[in-house]
Amino acid sequence: MEKTMKLTLKVWRQEPGQNGKFQTYEAPGISEDMSFLEMLDVVNERLIEEGTPPIVFESDCREGICGTCNLMIDGQAHGPEKATATCQLHMRKYNDGDHITIEPWRAASFPIIRDLAVDRSALDAIQEAGGYITAPTGSASDANLTPVPKEAADSAMDAAACIGCGACVAACPNSAAQLFTSAKVMHMNLLPQGQAERWKRTENMVETMEEYFGSCTNHGECHEACPKEISLDFIALMNKDYVKSKIKNRKLSGQN
Amino acid sequence: MSGYSDVLDSKVPEGPIAEKWTNHKFNMKLVNPANKRKFEVIVVGTGLAGASAAATMGELGYKVKAFTFHDSPRRAHSIAAQGGINGAKNYQNDGDSVHRLFYDTVKGGDYRSREANVHRLAEVSVDIIDQAAAQGVPFAREYGGLLANRSFGGAQVSRTFYARGQTGQQLLLGAYSALMRQVNEGGVELYNRQEMLELVTKDGEACGIVCRDVITGEISSHTAHAVVLATGGYGNVYYLSTNAMMCNVTAAWRAHRKGAMFANPCYTQIHPTCIPSSDPFQSKLTLMSESLRNDGRIWVPDKFDEARSASDIPEAERDYYLERKYPAFGNLVPRDVASRNAKTVVDAGKGVGPLKNGVYLDFAEAIARDGEDTVRAKYGNLFDMYERITGENPYKQPMRIYPATHYTMGGLWVDYHLMTTVPGCYAIGEANFSDHGANRLGASALMQGLADGYFVLPYTIGDQLAGKLGSDPVPADDPVFKEAIADVNDRTNKWLAVKGTKSVDHYHRELGKLVWDYIGMERNKNGLEKAISEITSLEEEFEKNVRVLGSADTLNQSLEKVGRVSDFFGLAKLKARDALVREESAGGHFREEHQTEEGEAQRDDENFKHVTAWDWNGEGEAQTEHREELVFNEVPLTQRSYK
Repeated sequence: MEKTMKLTLKVWRQEPGQNGKFQTYEAPGISEDMSFLEMLDVVNERLIEEGTPPIVFESDCREGICGTCNLMIDGQAHGPEKATATCQLHMRKYNDGDHITIEPWRAASFPIIRDLAVDRSALDAIQEAGGYITAPTGSASDANLTPVPKEAADSAMDAAACIGCGACVAACPNSAAQLFTSAKVMHMNLLPQGQAERWKRTENMVETMEEYFGSCTNHGECHEACPKEISLDFIALMNKDYVKSKIKNRKLSGQN
Repeated sequence: MSGYSDVLDSKVPEGPIAEKWTNHKFNMKLVNPANKRKFEVIVVGTGLAGASAAATMGELGYKVKAFTFHDSPRRAHSIAAQGGINGAKNYQNDGDSVHRLFYDTVKGGDYRSREANVHRLAEVSVDIIDQAAAQGVPFAREYGGLLANRSFGGAQVSRTFYARGQTGQQLLLGAYSALMRQVNEGGVELYNRQEMLELVTKDGEACGIVCRDVITGEISSHTAHAVVLATGGYGNVYYLSTNAMMCNVTAAWRAHRKGAMFANPCYTQIHPTCIPSSDPFQSKLTLMSESLRNDGRIWVPDKFDEARSASDIPEAERDYYLERKYPAFGNLVPRDVASRNAKTVVDAGKGVGPLKNGVYLDFAEAIARDGEDTVRAKYGNLFDMYERITGENPYKQPMRIYPATHYTMGGLWVDYHLMTTVPGCYAIGEANFSDHGANRLGASALMQGLADGYFVLPYTIGDQLAGKLGSDPVPADDPVFKEAIADVNDRTNKWLAVKGTKSVDHYHRELGKLVWDYIGMERNKNGLEKAISEITSLEEEFEKNVRVLGSADTLNQSLEKVGRVSDFFGLAKLKARDALVREESAGGHFREEHQTEEGEAQRDDENFKHVTAWDWNGEGEAQTEHREELVFNEVPLTQRSYK
């Protein structure tokens, strides 16, 4: 017979334009096979039946890849399981009688919309600043004309695995977005296709990041919270490229 | 009803199949570069099809407005595709060609797709790979630096390109990056968190859309010369599916209600390799990539109600039923065949797992042959995901899998230009019906979404727009927009006023059960008739008793869902009718009354070699059936055999 649990949830509730507060809810009859978000679905269904507006939280794919889900669970971004997005966290990690505190991402650059939903459009602004390789449709040569050493392809893939959830920012005491930005920058900087725009990309994306987010002081909390375990090495590589970009970009624009 | 409709003109060009697209590109009208900026195009949805179309049309100079209800275009459900994308590159020198990919796709679709569209898809497949590589999509590579390939179900060549188990995410990030470059350059204006709730038409032509801002509840009108729907499939009509929670049919259904015919809604792909459901509160099912069937062997115990664990069952007492029944393709038979066979063995009482609702997918032999490290390098993230969900380690014990709804081959009817029956309204990607017939082969969804978005629509849309040179879009204060806004507000007020007792999810779940039981992997006349009456009565109850709390002028997830579920009710009824009139079995549509002696799908080419497209007749009226005849000049019609 499967194990069921009774849990007590402390959930952040906040209406738009008002101050928020914690609200406590009982969650009985929770199966260990449920995902964390299914547990919240069950709580919400009961709230609706009682006439209480359900808890607003965001999720979509529930496969850990779209990066929509974003809960701070007992003070940890995406909760206690390593390398796991909230939607992939399962209740077998919990025990009967547990108290769980659920908050939205905590960062000034991610303003709260309602309850547990936040606005992460600052991440798109970084991408827009240079997170692309200019290759208009139709302009590409045969893909095998540009061999990519397997190591470079693998390393670029390690960076490209970032799902853009923002856990790195939420976990950082400075609300810095270095891990996200470095993943986006280095995915392209590591590939031969990304070389032409390498220095412009780095300078533009890093400086856009600085407009929105805090500064990195190498705590490494971002990596600990990252559901895709993006390596801190990418931050070092990005910093190196950023320093170089300050010289390279002057040369490229004919100022040297 | 019999005979073919003269309403449906597929506009397939004349000439030999291999030259149709090339010649047609020359014959279509062009919009000169300086004039492109005079045309406004709305693209709804930013998945692979929508993002690639918006970016490409922005690059060409059109004024593009891209809409997504997500917070960022990158979250569209294309992101979750795992396995790969087909491209007829023949890099492996194993005999692949455009013609072979075309042939495999028509055959795999059980001869219910349009040959000319499929050939074009196969032709541009090679350009997609080049395009994606140029954008920095980190495809898997060999040590020499060249692209790696793997094979996929329904094919005997290796033509699938992949990026670990995240091919969809990487291709979407490529299209998204191209889109964001256009946003930065001003070619595309991006509207996040906007849900399209009406297609607006004037004198029968599409002229814009009405959206709801999901954060503020504000309703707004957007005008354009053309509207492109890239809004995905309707798999969530089953409630449980591998689709994301928010995937829905609303945009397509709203277009249907404005005159866009809906084609082949009975065709749904039930994917063979998903994690079986584990409890009644399950909110979605998780796919395990089909690529696993390259190395995993599928089996069930010989004995009924087997109580031993997998490792205690000796080889001699296992039934590797796919290898036994289909020696040529073995575990790599197409998805519909693999799914139905899994259902057969589980229904017979040989299911495995605590709820006896799965079959084994076993990697023991691959691990013994290639080593655990090699298997980990290929499938590591999939194995990890499986372990997180089930608490079982697939390196040590076989995975348990069972079919789940995954993809919908039906969708809005489109002609060769990808235009719906509403002039000026286009449908691309999974939202249209055109390329996969009755069954989609693996690694072909990503291919089709990107083919439509990068290489087909940006050409074909010019043909229609060229004729509109000098005309402004219908203004947003035109009565047609005011009416559309009033319709949206009426619906919203109606839902908020019901004040019933049960949640939207409750009704969605109940609807899903009916659709799965009666319009799932196997269908029959009685069941389908029952489905129509039971869905109708459930819908009546839903409209009287659903409870949507809160207000319309703020983020209200129940309100978003209630409109989507309401549209699913309409679609579910049409799906049942479509399945009822298709008195044959083809691909993902299996009618129990129509099977061969060996239990395989029995097509009826004489009477059903056509597309069924349904025309809206107004609320409360039954849709009218139209038929487009399918012509097979290149691929001879045969009973599909994978033995």
